Amino acid sequence: MPEFPYPAPRFADDAEIAELARLLRCEIICMTHRAGSGHPGGSLSAVELVALLYTQVMRHDPADPERTDRDRFVLSKGHACPVLYAVLAHAGYFPAEELCELRRIGELLQGHPSVHIPGVDASTGSLGQGLSIANGMALAAKLDGTDQRVYCLLGDGELDEGQVWEAAMTAYHYKLDNLTAIVDRNGLQIDGDTEEVMSLEPLDEKWEAFGFHVIECDGHSLPELRAAFAEAQGVRERPVCLIADTHKGKGVSFMEDVADWHGKAPDEALFRKAIRELSGGEPYREACCLKYLENSLKGGGA
Amino acid sequence: MALNPEMNLVPLEEAAKQENWQACKKAYGAALLALAQERPEVVCLDADLANSTEGRRIRDAEDRAVARRFFDVGISEQDLVGTAAGFALAGKLPYANSFGVFLSGRAWDQIRVSVCYPNLKVRFGGPYGGITVGPDGSTHFAISDIALLRSLPNLNLVSAADAAQVAPLMRATVDVDGPVYIRMGRVPQPVITTAETPFEFGRIDLYREGHDLAVFATGHLVYYALVAAEELSRVQGVEAAVLNVSTIKPLDVETILEYADRCNHVATVEEHNVYGGLGGAVAEVLAENDPTPLKIIGVRDVFAESGEPDALLAKYGLDARGIYRQLTDFLDLPDNEGFSEPD
Repeated sequence: MPEFPYPAPRFADDAEIAELARLLRCEIICMTHRAGSGHPGGSLSAVELVALLYTQVMRHDPADPERTDRDRFVLSKGHACPVLYAVLAHAGYFPAEELCELRRIGELLQGHPSVHIPGVDASTGSLGQGLSIANGMALAAKLDGTDQRVYCLLGDGELDEGQVWEAAMTAYHYKLDNLTAIVDRNGLQIDGDTEEVMSLEPLDEKWEAFGFHVIECDGHSLPELRAAFAEAQGVRERPVCLIADTHKGKGVSFMEDVADWHGKAPDEALFRKAIRELSGGEPYREACCLKYLENSLKGGGA
Repeated sequence: MALNPEMNLVPLEEAAKQENWQACKKAYGAALLALAQERPEVVCLDADLANSTEGRRIRDAEDRAVARRFFDVGISEQDLVGTAAGFALAGKLPYANSFGVFLSGRAWDQIRVSVCYPNLKVRFGGPYGGITVGPDGSTHFAISDIALLRSLPNLNLVSAADAAQVAPLMRATVDVDGPVYIRMGRVPQPVITTAETPFEFGRIDLYREGHDLAVFATGHLVYYALVAAEELSRVQGVEAAVLNVSTIKPLDVETILEYADRCNHVATVEEHNVYGGLGGAVAEVLAENDPTPLKIIGVRDVFAESGEPDALLAKYGLDARGIYRQLTDFLDLPDNEGFSEPD
């Protein structure tokens, strides 16, 4: 088997990933605004996680999406697919222009992840199902004696689903040390604060009680996330749960820590405001939605 | 008229002898073991019911290379289905087993999203179909599974007429590109098919020729439908064609329409609710293409009760006598002359 193009050396520098993260945030805002619907809040909270996974952690090959020896990523919180689609497009899994057609009839990018989209490893969207799928992948790797690793990103609100804990028991029972469950701990779900809707804390103790090696870190800090993934890869005989403390809507002032931005697209005015905040100068040069953005912003004084 | 000679079936009087009865699930375990020995990609998953679903045949296989491909996930059907999906996405060929009622009900959404939507090659072993589950009672009867499952795009649904048909059915579906649900009964039942009985995935087979009525049956009620048809012939002089619907989805529309046209009266027989099952599927075909009088024989939208399997079939009108009575009623025939000797 040839070498994997990812992890890519050019992203060894955190500044490169930070720039990619900024770009992904622009794409998320643009995609959901253009679609008129979608889930920006929980996409923005997972940007650093997903950016780091796809540039520095997972072995994968955009030229050969079905390559059997690749690492796998299951986006159990499927509604956050804008961040996944954006990173896949930037890695080259499909033309970047597709991002502008999110959720449109006849187009590639579905409202929730589907394996029919190049680079998407599992179909998800009905919450609570991803960790079981990741278990199956990890068990298959163990059966074949490969060193493949499986990453599963869960929402914190998603942990209300009972199947997650069924899967947690299975992961421990089969000593799936090639599996890392990542909790995007942004603290908010649709109806409000996770602790008000359905208490999750003490969350670390819950995962520990289920037999996981638990790592907690700032989910927006690239150095902390790098260290966390490195630690996860060294754990033996147990699955790992990385609880990443994040902010829903991170990077866009009016979205940050506001539950209402879970599943709502920004209108024209807020879209412009968000892009202004994220741009820090010239944001659009590399953004996939460049064409659309330029047209939309023409004369808009953004 | 007699049984269709081309089908090489067991004579009904032979099939009736209880010492010849066999359970589908036993045949499933044996066939699954054979498949696992042949194909290294086969894995078997159970949810604490391996002793009942016969997944234990893989777990307890002497060949360690086979036994290590068995995975128990504990009492968690949703995790069972999701894990099977993960195996399929990683290139394995998972057979995930549980009671039909739990697979189709409790894990329906996992079958829908994790398996059917991505069209994964996951196989579901669903024994304990229908009410002949028996003494366990209504919580364990699968009478809505066909309705729940056949409404899922991409899903293929097969139903074994008897224990001898399980292995051919599994072989015929092993390479189907997409999910396959294998519906089976729990307890020993008459065996009417043989190793020489032709079988093809997606095809309805004619087991008894007739021109007055076409009876489409599935599962081990095919046998009871055949016995009822013999009685209709003997007592009423009515010749009913009996056809085995071993593939409920995709449905062999052509054969249904051919026999509806030939007989002008159609009946369906299944161990399932009269709503949404085989009867519903045939009704859809007839209503859309060739409206034909139709009698749907099944569980009449009730939760049944605990009891011995044969007693349950009798009480809910699904044994040969019950089917006979419903068919004579449907055809406006005198209804009290058949089966004059209590069996």
